[in-house]
Amino acid sequence: MLIKRAGDIRPSEITPYGVHLRRRDFVKAGLVALAGAAGLVAGGSLKAQSVPVKLAGVRKSGFSTLEQSNSYKDITSYNNYYEFGTEKSDPASYAQKLRTRPWTIAVEGEVKRPKTFGIEELLKLSLEERIYRMRCVEGWSMVIPWVGFEFKRLADQVEPTGKAKFVEFVTAVQPENMVGVRLPVLEWPYVEALRVDEAMHPLTLLAVGLYDEVLPKQNGAPIRLVVPWKYGFKSAKSIVRIRFVEKQPKTAWEKAASNEYGFYSNVNPEVDHPRWSQATERRIGQDGLFSPKRKTLMFNGYGDQVASLYTGMDLRKLF
Amino acid sequence: MRQVKPRAHSLAILSPRVFAWTKALIFVLCLGPLARLVIGAPLDLLGVNPVETIRRSTGTWTLVFVLATLSVTPLRRFTGWHWLARLRRMLGLYAFFYAVLHLISYVWLEQFFDGAAIVKDIVKRPFITIGFAAFVMMVPLAVTSTDAMVRRLGARNWIALHRLVYVLAICGVIHYWWLVKRDITQPAIYALVLALLLGFRAASAYRKRRA
Repeated sequence: MLIKRAGDIRPSEITPYGVHLRRRDFVKAGLVALAGAAGLVAGGSLKAQSVPVKLAGVRKSGFSTLEQSNSYKDITSYNNYYEFGTEKSDPASYAQKLRTRPWTIAVEGEVKRPKTFGIEELLKLSLEERIYRMRCVEGWSMVIPWVGFEFKRLADQVEPTGKAKFVEFVTAVQPENMVGVRLPVLEWPYVEALRVDEAMHPLTLLAVGLYDEVLPKQNGAPIRLVVPWKYGFKSAKSIVRIRFVEKQPKTAWEKAASNEYGFYSNVNPEVDHPRWSQATERRIGQDGLFSPKRKTLMFNGYGDQVASLYTGMDLRKLF
Repeated sequence: MRQVKPRAHSLAILSPRVFAWTKALIFVLCLGPLARLVIGAPLDLLGVNPVETIRRSTGTWTLVFVLATLSVTPLRRFTGWHWLARLRRMLGLYAFFYAVLHLISYVWLEQFFDGAAIVKDIVKRPFITIGFAAFVMMVPLAVTSTDAMVRRLGARNWIALHRLVYVLAICGVIHYWWLVKRDITQPAIYALVLALLLGFRAASAYRKRRA
């Protein structure tokens, strides 16, 4: 028989100090969750929380694949966005806290006319839909109907100088809103980079939307890079700064493990990741539980357009 | 520190009937992770990448059962619940059961019976090599888990053979550690628990030798 004794241990002695200090936040979070649950019961869906905003006048593009696109649910519930945690479901759970207004992108470095763009200004550019294959370095893929504009259109406005050999993309860090940046999983801010000719390639997109709607936060709102012939992690999310530079920048994943993640990181079925094969991939949502994986294509199937960028390069060494 | 008063409780000794019910209950609970996958797959409840969910779930439950098996002795020591020892075989066999499912998920769902690719993986990829080694070590332990086999081997040999569980547990945790891309929080938790369980054994062996 267990007889409860009067508590002679104060709650503050059991609760970790940091948690104890934030105890009122938990009460608030609980109330918010309750209110949210009430809202759900009242007939709202989870999607209603983020109020999707339709993008107007989106043109179709000849660069789009004719393959079956993944569902909105697939694309928005299975993400790698380490600032919000390393589980695939974390971004969908936690990214709603990302603050996307006001938002500016500073474009600077080796350019004649450096400029800071407000996101509203960029959303006014004529937008097009680009349905691209997306191959993750982990061995899965999706087909995603992005909405955006070619990176080149932004670059032309700032006029890169002859010294601009590389383009560096710096992404947002909002410690108060990003649970993942409390751990040094990667070096924050997350930095990606391309060679300038890669960045200026017509396939290289700055995406601001998905399925004709404003880009969801877990997919890198309000603006992200999409480079469809490279592994997904090259396509930096939530960009705040773009720098044209002379020397090859070190990217976040190179700093973390340069033997596993190279600067180029072109999709290449012949160069395995040191720990797993890159020869095949699983197409999310379309390959059934018991169907074999499909073959990964060189440059993710965009070889006709981009192979010429790499003539004469040993892609085994420069992986 | 307050002194813990010794309490007379009925959990130290279970009547045969209560034990049988307890064991049956635990047996059914241990099928829970499998039930989740079997029911969840057709209902589309396993997320966007169900193959990954199945592979990860069977893998982590293998590790959980290995650690649960290794917890029996220390738990017995601390609680005095000696009947726990009679659950150990079942927990160990569940570890093997989930390891088999994990291996099947790899051979079938991941590689689709591509023998060449599987062999290449085992040879070339250290995390698969060590995971496969852990599985191979589990086989003789599962085979010799019956009473008849204990008698046939003799207690001394049987115990020596089953010390393999320490090695395969370490291999299993390393397997997990080596496969994660960057965030090692999860495997580190398993490693810590395993270190405590092995540390307990090392400490008691040391004490016994000195005594």
